[in-house]
Amino acid sequence: MEFPEELKYTEEHEWVMIEDDIVTVGITDFAQDSLGDVVFVELPEVGAMLEAGKSFGVVESVKAVSDVYSPVSGEVVEINEDLPDTPELINTSAYEDGWMIKIRLSDTAELDDLLDADAYQAFVDEQG
Amino acid sequence: MRVGTSGLQLNEKLIFEHSDPGRRGYSLPALDVRVATLPPELVRTEVPGFPEVSEVDVVRHFTRLSTWNYGVDSGFYPLGSCTMKYNPKVNETAARIPGLAGCHPYTPETLSQGALGLMYGLQTALAEISGFSAVTLQPAAGAHGELAGMLMIRAWHEAKGNKRRKVLIPDTAHGTNPATAALCGYDVVPIASGGSGVLTAETVASFMNDDVAALMVTNPNTLGLFESDIVKICDIVHAGGGLVYCDGANLNALMGIARPGDLGIDAMHFNLHKTFATPHGGGGPGSGPVGVAEKLIPYLPKPMVVKNDQGYGLDFDRPQSIGRLRSFYGNFGIMVRAWAYILTMGGSGLKQASEMAVLNANYIRARLEPVYNLPHKHRSLHEVVFNDANLANDCHTLDVAKRLIDYGYHPPTIYFPLVVKGAIMIEPTETESMETLDEFCDAMLAIARESQENPDLLHAAPTITRVQRLDETAAARQPCLCWNPADFV
Amino acid sequence: MRYIPHTEEDVRQMLAAIGVTSIADLFAEIPAESRLDRPLALPAPLSESELLRDLQSLAAQNATASSQLSFLGGGAYNHFIPSVIDQLISRSEFYTAYTPYQPEISQGTLQAVFEYQTLICQLTGMEVSNASMYDGASACAEAVLMAARATKRKQILLAASLHPEYRETVTTYCQYLGMELIDVPTASSGRIDAAALAGLLGKETAAVVVGYPNFFGIIEELEPIAAAAHVAGALLVTAVAEPIALGLLKSPGELGADIVIGEGQSFGMPVSFGGPGVGFFAAREKLVRSMPGRLIGATRDKNGKRGFVLTLATREQHIRREKATSNICSNQGMCALMASMYLTLLGKNGIREVAQQNLSKATYARSAIAALPGFRLPYSAPMFNEFVVEVEGDVVALLTRLEGQGILGGISLARFWPGMHNRFLVCVTEQHRRQDIDALVAALKGGAA
Repeated sequence: MEFPEELKYTEEHEWVMIEDDIVTVGITDFAQDSLGDVVFVELPEVGAMLEAGKSFGVVESVKAVSDVYSPVSGEVVEINEDLPDTPELINTSAYEDGWMIKIRLSDTAELDDLLDADAYQAFVDEQG
Repeated sequence: MRVGTSGLQLNEKLIFEHSDPGRRGYSLPALDVRVATLPPELVRTEVPGFPEVSEVDVVRHFTRLSTWNYGVDSGFYPLGSCTMKYNPKVNETAARIPGLAGCHPYTPETLSQGALGLMYGLQTALAEISGFSAVTLQPAAGAHGELAGMLMIRAWHEAKGNKRRKVLIPDTAHGTNPATAALCGYDVVPIASGGSGVLTAETVASFMNDDVAALMVTNPNTLGLFESDIVKICDIVHAGGGLVYCDGANLNALMGIARPGDLGIDAMHFNLHKTFATPHGGGGPGSGPVGVAEKLIPYLPKPMVVKNDQGYGLDFDRPQSIGRLRSFYGNFGIMVRAWAYILTMGGSGLKQASEMAVLNANYIRARLEPVYNLPHKHRSLHEVVFNDANLANDCHTLDVAKRLIDYGYHPPTIYFPLVVKGAIMIEPTETESMETLDEFCDAMLAIARESQENPDLLHAAPTITRVQRLDETAAARQPCLCWNPADFV
Repeated sequence: MRYIPHTEEDVRQMLAAIGVTSIADLFAEIPAESRLDRPLALPAPLSESELLRDLQSLAAQNATASSQLSFLGGGAYNHFIPSVIDQLISRSEFYTAYTPYQPEISQGTLQAVFEYQTLICQLTGMEVSNASMYDGASACAEAVLMAARATKRKQILLAASLHPEYRETVTTYCQYLGMELIDVPTASSGRIDAAALAGLLGKETAAVVVGYPNFFGIIEELEPIAAAAHVAGALLVTAVAEPIALGLLKSPGELGADIVIGEGQSFGMPVSFGGPGVGFFAAREKLVRSMPGRLIGATRDKNGKRGFVLTLATREQHIRREKATSNICSNQGMCALMASMYLTLLGKNGIREVAQQNLSKATYARSAIAALPGFRLPYSAPMFNEFVVEVEGDVVALLTRLEGQGILGGISLARFWPGMHNRFLVCVTEQHRRQDIDALVAALKGGAA
């Protein structure tokens, strides 16, 4: 199980990469492993306004569905156009090719609520 | 003797792949009136893709397909929560009697007294078995019955001006329960069942408030346990201004022993295709009558079958009714089968069925408990839920299920209820003999041994079926839901 | 009891193995005060011969199309059922199986229903079909809810000529979901009033629902309805209560429909006092994730052999629970199998020929009745195998007089619309010989008096 140091995390198992006011969001290695083979991904449209903690999309395997929650508030500026046709990218490359959306942050203070890699790993270990 | 073996298996194409222009499988009398035509802009030239095959092609096709299936008539089918009991053959004959199968639903009441009388008899018998004041036969299946019941509960609240928003549902419930509550415009509040697997009165009391419209319970619950606090639970919900719906999927444990209507339940559906021996048909048709307490009678769907001075009739004049849930009056052909079953069994036979169903489940429990993990220890009723916690070598519930196929059995329900990780839910029903149960338990124990000694046997299973484990991921990633020659080269 | 195999000795041994002394011990968790303290008040058990005699005598109290000359339709139709169907569905590997949860031992059901889905797609002109719903009416209600999900709108326009029981079912399903249901009037042709529809369509409209043919037997012009709906951003839902018509009529898909639902009882199932039949449900591929019900898809096994599985199950209640697209679990699988067998036997030529016979015979009957003094046809648009007749005087009295002559002449529309007390609906199928139609016409002569 990988927990890249440069990323931030949520307790809902999303990862966040921060570059100035743009954050990239995906689901973690732990999340994809729990779900199994991902068969479908539902993403918001570019331009959609997201609220921190609210669901923005769905990831499905054959026998499970998981809502994906926005770690921050802001506007969707880009979505991963490859995911609808190749949802398996989430399994094969959760932290790179399997990214889901990019959000322009509206409140940088929300970043303070995110976990760092060590804290997230501890959270996952606790979950068993 | 091991039941599962290999033999000659026949491959069979899709019917479309048999098609040959000019073949026909039908006959019609010569047209004895002038050919009428429609304006050409309304008419199609053909149904593209429809097959052209002979009668022999059709008979071989479906006969071969049937041999790829496993039914209750093939062997033991301990699918938990589904009550796969034997489907008596006389019931099939009954449903095909021309005067029953051939009666049109809009036949005048005076000329359909037999059909209406049968329905009246069945609803009266179901009311007696369950302890409810009235029964509607209209719902087509269990989930449809849930919808009827929960709409009635909502209508009762609305009539009182109650704006309650929430429905309490234990986490052991069938998925249909929360889906139904949502369809009635309610928000679902899940209740954790806790370690014992049984819902306590204290737990329900802690969730009960002015915003709760109803509690949906299953009794016995999906762990096969009787909700022993049910009377207290009903009192608490009623005192809080709510009503109690019961999912009657597991009524096969209670016939002649306890009646949900006597326990304080306000509405419950029956699954005629479980408890009353009508066949499951590879997915349906079922029938999901609903029994209700006195207070919900005004809200029953319409029409209701009633007895009046002229005999039997249909009552449409029900101003507070939730309305109709489907066309006509229900799956009448299934009602005929269930009525035939009740008449054959009588009250004493139904009680015996429940007793033997519970005996069988407890016998399986006694034989398998030394080897398979049993998460909930309360006395089981009609079904027992184990899991895969005792298995080693990366062998899981799915592997046990698939290996059972090689032994000649339909697997139990697996991975349900969700509260038991790796659940193996076994419901034997009363129609299985001790000999069958012993053979099945021997197979389960042999599989547990194999998981120690040769786990590959489990991981590779099933191996003697016509197809082996199928790629469900590929099926979901690139759905192919309809035959298209280009996809099938 | 012949369905319960236990001997007294078996019971004794089993109780011993469990470690209890009596059957009553097994029910110890049920508090004594919760138990029933008397036998069930039900009749004593019947033998097989007694049972059949009782049921035969009930059956003898019912009129059928064999005992009377019947022209009843209205959503349940008397078509010929080839002998092959009952022989094949009596294969108990089909009818005693459950839902195909274990694909390795359910390929018979799975492949047959995959073929059913394909036949329904071909017939309706749609891209995806589910594995069946309860009936046409509940499928219609589910289609309305799906349209609302897909468009995120809440207003539904329902043709007043939609089967009234479908209309009522939609109302029942929608009553607590904040939906707005609006009826669109019928024009004098018997078709939907296009001007009224145009006036009602708006930014809130999720779907327009029309019968095809409609309840009056009239063939709607779907193309302009679809176009108008689409301009407003709404979907066209087409409800087909008599699907034999699709053997002859252009498919709803070709004419722009987005969801096509209907009742499949005409395809090889007896009328059976209204059920079981089968609701079919088909739609455009882009809507598939919003569909209710089970779907079967093709795939391969681990050796590369073709096989079929239940798929896209994350839409369904057992996984998505309160967020599922529907609460449906059991469907009408056996009836879907019967429909497959019927459509396969008829094939490309048979479905057209049987539809043509229905049209021709109904047209013959319609002309002959229209020529009778005191009778008129209120609607002018083309019909399929049903038509509305208007009579001077009381329809109920007329139909009662016909009953006395062994004829079920049709369905009084006052049953559904009290204002239509002088109209009735006549259905003619391939089962009627010319002399049967002539007998109806002769009996009608003289009218209600």
